[in-house]
Amino acid sequence: MNFTLKIWRQKNKNDKGRFASYEIRDVSPDASFLEMLDILNEGLAKKGEEPVAFDHDCREGICGSCGIVIDGRAHGPGRGIATCELRMRSFRDGATIVAEPWRAKPFPVIKDLVVDRTSFDRIMYAGGYISTKTGGVPDGNAIPIPKPVAEEAMDAAACIGCGACVAACPNSSAMLFVGAKVSQLALLPQGQVERKERALRMVEQMDAEGFGNCSNTFACEAECPKEISVAHIARLNREFIRAKVT
Amino acid sequence: MKSLFAFFSSSIGKKIVMSLTGLFLCTFLAEHVAGNFLLFMNDNGAMYDAYTEFMSHNIVIRTIEIVLAVSLVGHSISGVIVWLKNRRSRSENYKVYKLQENTPLASRITMITGSFIFLFLVVHLRTFFVPTRFGTEAVSPYTLVVQSFSNEWYSAFYIVALIFLSYHLRHGFQSAFQTLGLKNKKYSRLLDWLAVIFWLLIPLGFASMPIYFAFFYKAGPAALVLGVQ
Repeated sequence: MNFTLKIWRQKNKNDKGRFASYEIRDVSPDASFLEMLDILNEGLAKKGEEPVAFDHDCREGICGSCGIVIDGRAHGPGRGIATCELRMRSFRDGATIVAEPWRAKPFPVIKDLVVDRTSFDRIMYAGGYISTKTGGVPDGNAIPIPKPVAEEAMDAAACIGCGACVAACPNSSAMLFVGAKVSQLALLPQGQVERKERALRMVEQMDAEGFGNCSNTFACEAECPKEISVAHIARLNREFIRAKVT
Repeated sequence: MKSLFAFFSSSIGKKIVMSLTGLFLCTFLAEHVAGNFLLFMNDNGAMYDAYTEFMSHNIVIRTIEIVLAVSLVGHSISGVIVWLKNRRSRSENYKVYKLQENTPLASRITMITGSFIFLFLVVHLRTFFVPTRFGTEAVSPYTLVVQSFSNEWYSAFYIVALIFLSYHLRHGFQSAFQTLGLKNKKYSRLLDWLAVIFWLLIPLGFASMPIYFAFFYKAGPAALVLGVQ
């Protein structure tokens, strides 16, 4: 397959950035989007040009490192996939594909398609943890948890923190990410100790980082590679209100 | 006091203000449309005028009116603040951004629909509320309605405003429950049905009034006196 790529190139944080066009030929329809970028970069390196920088690690949709807005969609067309799981057969042969980094104030571009997502880490430091006695492995059945609750918590825990929710949101809101993290721990007995402070502190940090307000467009849920439900945003709101009034 | 300030300055706090005030405004709409159906009593407005007379002098209603005004201002101000903040959160616009593939139209245009409704409210209050409440000479609200809606352009403006209201509530009503954390799998279908009352039935009820008076109303003796065709 052949494609014309319009890729955002930006030297560093302070560079203004611009789109550059590249032609790429004979790409396998089974290649992932990242593999296609590898092929492009090999060609660029051979020509002595600077390769396109992009984040990646596991390349099997579980690490949350990759993330590119492709043709106006976070992680490209398709549902429930990360950029590494996007195959080139999803595009028309000869198509022009536009690739841009996540766009949000709290995610400044470091280089080309790579953004700084440490704002998510700082939200996690604020409350995304539990206090527990470390040491020996606890008995798996020591704390009984009903199956539906465990399932709901697991669905929230599926969040890989890629930031697609922020990238897709017209307001650059991080409510789905924070909602998933708060939900996961609020549902389980282990998360009860810091339950109140967690909701308050994580929301406070989210606001301090400059993320926008959720306007319930639910673009986040549609673009989340782990298909995390906006019901977790409702739970975050509930947890926040609960923490404020009790 | 400090925690109250922290609540309102947080992103979720401002949205809770929006949802509570929005839902209160929704209950007002339900009362307003129900009362306005008295326009169809075919009694030359006797019951409608009596109803407005009661509403403008009852102490309970007058008190609620203040809450209503505060709600409207609170809803509008927090809406604008949230909107401005959201615009600032995006670093740069995408060259290609296919938001429309993932989101319903009503959710993307609340600021536009809200602004138009605000503009409509200014005109609406100027036409009906100001002359009946603050006017020097006594006017029959029913006659005001007949006069105003006999102008097709004025009626058309109302109908356009109601379409905007419908879109605003299509998103806003269920959105309020989501923000208050009351939306989940158990209740979301019930909420969807309840929302139909607000985004479809109430705007249709309101729209029936300008449509009736502009196109189907046969002028009664009271209207003839005023020279309405």
